[in-house]
Amino acid sequence: MRRYFLGKVLQAFLTLVFVLLFNFVLFRVMPGDPATLLLRGTSNFNPDTVEQVRADLGLDKPLPQQFLTYVADTATLNFGESFFLRGRPAREVIVDRIGPTLLLVGTSTIVSAIVGLIIGIYGGWRRGSAFDVGSLGFTLFVYAMPEFWFGMLVLMAFGAGVGPFPALFPTGGYDTPAADLTGFAHAIDVLNHMVMPFFVLTVAYLGEYAIIMRSSLLDILGDDFVQTARAKGVREKQVLWQHAVPNALLPTLTLTLLSLGYVFSGAITVEWVFSWPGLGWLTVQAVEAKDFALLQGLFLLFSVAVIVANVVADLLYAYLDPRVRAA
Amino acid sequence: MSILSVRDLHVDYRTQAGPIPAVRGVSFDIEKGEVLGLAGESGCGKSTIASAILRLLPPGTEVTGQVLLNGEDVLRMKPGRLRAVRWTGASIVFQGAMHALNPVQRVGDQIAEAIIIHGQGGEREARVRVGALLEQVGLPPRRIDDYPHELSGGQKQRVMIAMALACSPSLVIADEPTTALDVMVQAQVLKLLNDLQHELGLAMLFITHDLSVLVEVSDRLAIMYAGRIVEDGPAQDVFEDPAHPYSRALAGAFPAIGDQQYRMAPAGLGGDPPYPTDIPSGCSFHPRCPLAFEDCLTIDPELYVAGSGRRAACLLVNRPLPVEAGA
Amino acid sequence: MRPPPIEPPIVAPPVIVEEAPPPVPPGGPGKIAWARRRRSLSRSWRVYRKNVMGMAGLLTLILFIAVALFAPLLADREALKVTCECNGPPLSPPSIDFPFGTDNYGRSVLALTIWGSRISLLVGLLATSVAMLIGAVIGLVAGYFGRWSETLLMRITDWFLVIPFLPLAIVLASVLGGGLFVIIMVIGVTSWPSTARIVRAQVLSVKTRPYVERGRALGATNWHTMTRHILPNVGPLIFANTILTVAIAILSETTLSFLGLGDPLSISWGTILEFAFGGGAMGGGQWWWIIPPGLAIVFVVLAFTMCGFALDEILNPRLRER
Repeated sequence: MRRYFLGKVLQAFLTLVFVLLFNFVLFRVMPGDPATLLLRGTSNFNPDTVEQVRADLGLDKPLPQQFLTYVADTATLNFGESFFLRGRPAREVIVDRIGPTLLLVGTSTIVSAIVGLIIGIYGGWRRGSAFDVGSLGFTLFVYAMPEFWFGMLVLMAFGAGVGPFPALFPTGGYDTPAADLTGFAHAIDVLNHMVMPFFVLTVAYLGEYAIIMRSSLLDILGDDFVQTARAKGVREKQVLWQHAVPNALLPTLTLTLLSLGYVFSGAITVEWVFSWPGLGWLTVQAVEAKDFALLQGLFLLFSVAVIVANVVADLLYAYLDPRVRAA
Repeated sequence: MSILSVRDLHVDYRTQAGPIPAVRGVSFDIEKGEVLGLAGESGCGKSTIASAILRLLPPGTEVTGQVLLNGEDVLRMKPGRLRAVRWTGASIVFQGAMHALNPVQRVGDQIAEAIIIHGQGGEREARVRVGALLEQVGLPPRRIDDYPHELSGGQKQRVMIAMALACSPSLVIADEPTTALDVMVQAQVLKLLNDLQHELGLAMLFITHDLSVLVEVSDRLAIMYAGRIVEDGPAQDVFEDPAHPYSRALAGAFPAIGDQQYRMAPAGLGGDPPYPTDIPSGCSFHPRCPLAFEDCLTIDPELYVAGSGRRAACLLVNRPLPVEAGA
Repeated sequence: MRPPPIEPPIVAPPVIVEEAPPPVPPGGPGKIAWARRRRSLSRSWRVYRKNVMGMAGLLTLILFIAVALFAPLLADREALKVTCECNGPPLSPPSIDFPFGTDNYGRSVLALTIWGSRISLLVGLLATSVAMLIGAVIGLVAGYFGRWSETLLMRITDWFLVIPFLPLAIVLASVLGGGLFVIIMVIGVTSWPSTARIVRAQVLSVKTRPYVERGRALGATNWHTMTRHILPNVGPLIFANTILTVAIAILSETTLSFLGLGDPLSISWGTILEFAFGGGAMGGGQWWWIIPPGLAIVFVVLAFTMCGFALDEILNPRLRER
C-alpha cells in the first residue's frame, strides 16, 4: 500500500516535470520566439522593440539558465505579466477567475455525475426496457453534441426568448453589475445567472457518466457472483444495490474523480457563450489576445489540477478496492 | 417422496435470432441421501438444468415442465416463496470459484448473508455459524474476514461449499465444482464434498463433464446429449458397461489401462455436438455415431429399459419398451 | 480496471525441426491467409448486418459522405461567397429559395452546411489518420520490443493521456497559428494515446500466441513477425478504435473552429457556428442559422459512435455473449 502510494506520487511528479518542460519548450523555443509573438501585429513591431522585449523576458540567456529561471518562477507562481490586461500579473488575473469556475463547473460536474450514474444504473439493470432504450438514445445524443451549440440554443430560447420560449434568465455574466447587490440578494442574483450554463453543462456531462455506468454494470451483472447472490435468495433490489453496484461503481467513481480534475478547464466554450467570468472564458480571451504569459499559466493550472485529481483517484480506488488495497 | 423430481423439463433461451432449445424434455429424480451424476459435453444443457432448478435463468427464457423440490413446483412459485426456497431447499456450488464470490465483500459476510436473509440468525449467530462452517470445510475460522482475492482457488471453492451448506438445504447442486482447479486441489475438494455428503446425508446433483470424477462420487449416473438424457442407471454399471454409443465414447475417453477392449474400440469421438438450433433428425446422435443405421435417421429413440434400473435412448437397445416420463 | 483473470501459463509448443515442411498448397501460404481473412471479414459483416444500431450509423455515415462528395452538385460553390449575387436578404428565415434561411450576409445556410460537411469530415478523417499512425506505431513498438522503449513510450503516452486535451489543443493551435493543416496535426497529435495503449495491450497478447513464437523459433525477422502476424491481428482493433476517434476528432475540430482557431477561409460546421455566435444569432433569434450545422455535427458524431459501438461488440466476444 505504501509502495503503491509512493509510486503514484512519483508518477505524478514525473508528469509534472513533463508539463513544465513542455510549457517551456513550446512557449520559448518553438516558432520564432515569444517576443515576436507578443509584438506581431502591434504598432511596436520592429527589431529594436523585439530585442528589448527579449532582454526583458530573459530570452538572451542560454537555454538551461532560462529553464532554471522558469522553474523558479513557476515554483513561486510567477507566470509573468498578462499582456492584454495591461501588465497585471497573470497569477492575479487567474486567481480572480477561479471562484466563478469552481462554482459553475464544480456543481454541474457533481450533479451530472449523480444523475448520470443513476440513469446508467437503472438503464443497465433493466436492459432493453423502454427506459433503457430511451435513456441510451438520449445519452448518446447528448454525448454527440458540442456543448457550446447546446448552450447557444438554450441561450437563444430562454435568454433571448424566441417564438414560444419565454426569456426567463439573464443572457450572460456572473451578476448584475449595475444593481450593486450584496449578501443574500447577490447570491440569488448569481444563481439566477448560473441557471442556464449550469443546466447546459450538467446535460452535456450526463451522457458520459450514464454510458460508462451502464456498460460497467452490464459487465458486472454477467459475473457469476451476481448469480450466486440471486441463488442465495437475495432480493433483486439488493442484488443490484449491495452486490452489483458496489462493484460497478469502482471504475465509474474513478472517472468521476478524474473529471473533477477537469473542473478548471472543462467549460471553456460554455463559459464563453454565457460570458461567465471564469477560467474558461479567460482562456478564450487569452487566445484572442495572443496573451501567451496568461495562456501558459492557465495551461499549467489545468494540467496540475488533472494530475492531482489522478493521484487522488488512484488512492481512493486503492482504498475502496480490497484487491488493490492488499497489493 | 423424492427430494427433487424433474419432469419433462424444457428450456428455450430467447435470443434475437429466435429461441434456442437448450434442454428438450428431461426427467429425473433424486432421493434423500442420493447423489445423481449428470455428465455430458459442454453445451449439452447440463448447467442450464442446474440454473433452471432454482429459476436462475435470464428473464424471458421459456421453461416448461415441472421441477418438484420437496414436492413443491419451483416453476410455479410466487417470487417471495421462490426466494425463501432458494438456498434453504437447494443450494448451488457454482463452477469456477474464480468469480462466484463477490470480490469486494468479505467471504464471511457473503456466507452470513444467506443465513441472515433466511432468518436463521442475527449478525452474531451468523458469525458463529460461519466460523463453524469454515472449520467444517477445512478452513481456519480466521479466514472469515478475508476477501476472495486473498484465497487460493481451492480455498475459494471451499468457501463456496461452506456457503452452500449455510442454510442446511435438503439438496446441493454441484455445478462443475472442480473445474479450473489444479489436479491435486481437485482431488481434495472432491474428497471434501464426498465426506460432507456422507456425513450430512445430503442429496446431491453433481454436474461435470468428467465421467471418472462422477463415477467416484455418484450413486446413479445420467448422461446428457443435445439437451436430453440419453442413458441413466447405477453409476458403476453405466461407466463399466455403457449401453448408449455416446456413453461408450465418453467412458472411452478414460481408458482402463491394459484392457484389450479399450485398445480395439475407437477412443474419443469425431465431430462436434450439434448446435441447439440445428438438431439432426431422428436420433440426434446419429451423425457422430459409429453404429448408426438407417432407422436412426428417422426414428427419435425414447429411453428404453436396458437392464435392471437402467435406461438408454438407443434403437440398438433391443427391448423397445418405452418408459413413460414420470413413471 | 479489474485485475486480469489469472490465465494458465502458455506452454510453447515443441518445434520439430527435422520434420519436412508440409506441402505448400496451391497459391502459397499468403493466399491461404488472405482467403481466411476474407472469410472472417464476411463473417463479421454478417454479424454486423444484424446490429440495428450499427446499420443505422453506417447508413447515416454513407448519407453524409455522399453529401460531402457530391457537394458541388447539391449547392453552387459561389453561394459560399459573401458577394455572390445568388445571396438572398440577410438573416431571412427558411423559405422555398433558402430552405434553411440565410446568414448575416444573405448566404444560404443550407449551402454552407453542405459545403461544411467536406471540411468537417476531411479534418476528422485526416486527424484520425495521423492519430492512428502515431498510436499504432508507438503501441506496436512498445508492445513488441518491450524493455526500455516500452517504459519510455508508455510514460509519454500516459502523459498525453493525463494532460487536459482541449487546453493542450488550444495552446498548440494558438502558438502554431491556426489553419487547416495545423488543426489536423494538433488534433492528431493530441488524440493518439488511447490507440497506443489498446494496440500495445493487444500486441502483448498476440505476441505470446503459439504460432508467433513458432515463427520466431524458425527464425522469422522482427519485420516479418510484425507485418505478417502481429499487424493483421491488431488491425481490426485499430479499425474499431479509429471509428470512435473520428467522432472525437470531428467534435474537436468543431470546438477549435468555434474558438476561431480554424481556417477562416474554409467553411466547416464549426466556423458556421462561430459566425452565428459572432453575428449574434442567439440574441436575434435566428435559430435556422444555429440548428442545421449543429444537428449535422450531432448526427455525424452519433453515426460514428454507433458504428464504433457495434464494431466493438463484434470484436469483443465478452460483450457479444450477452
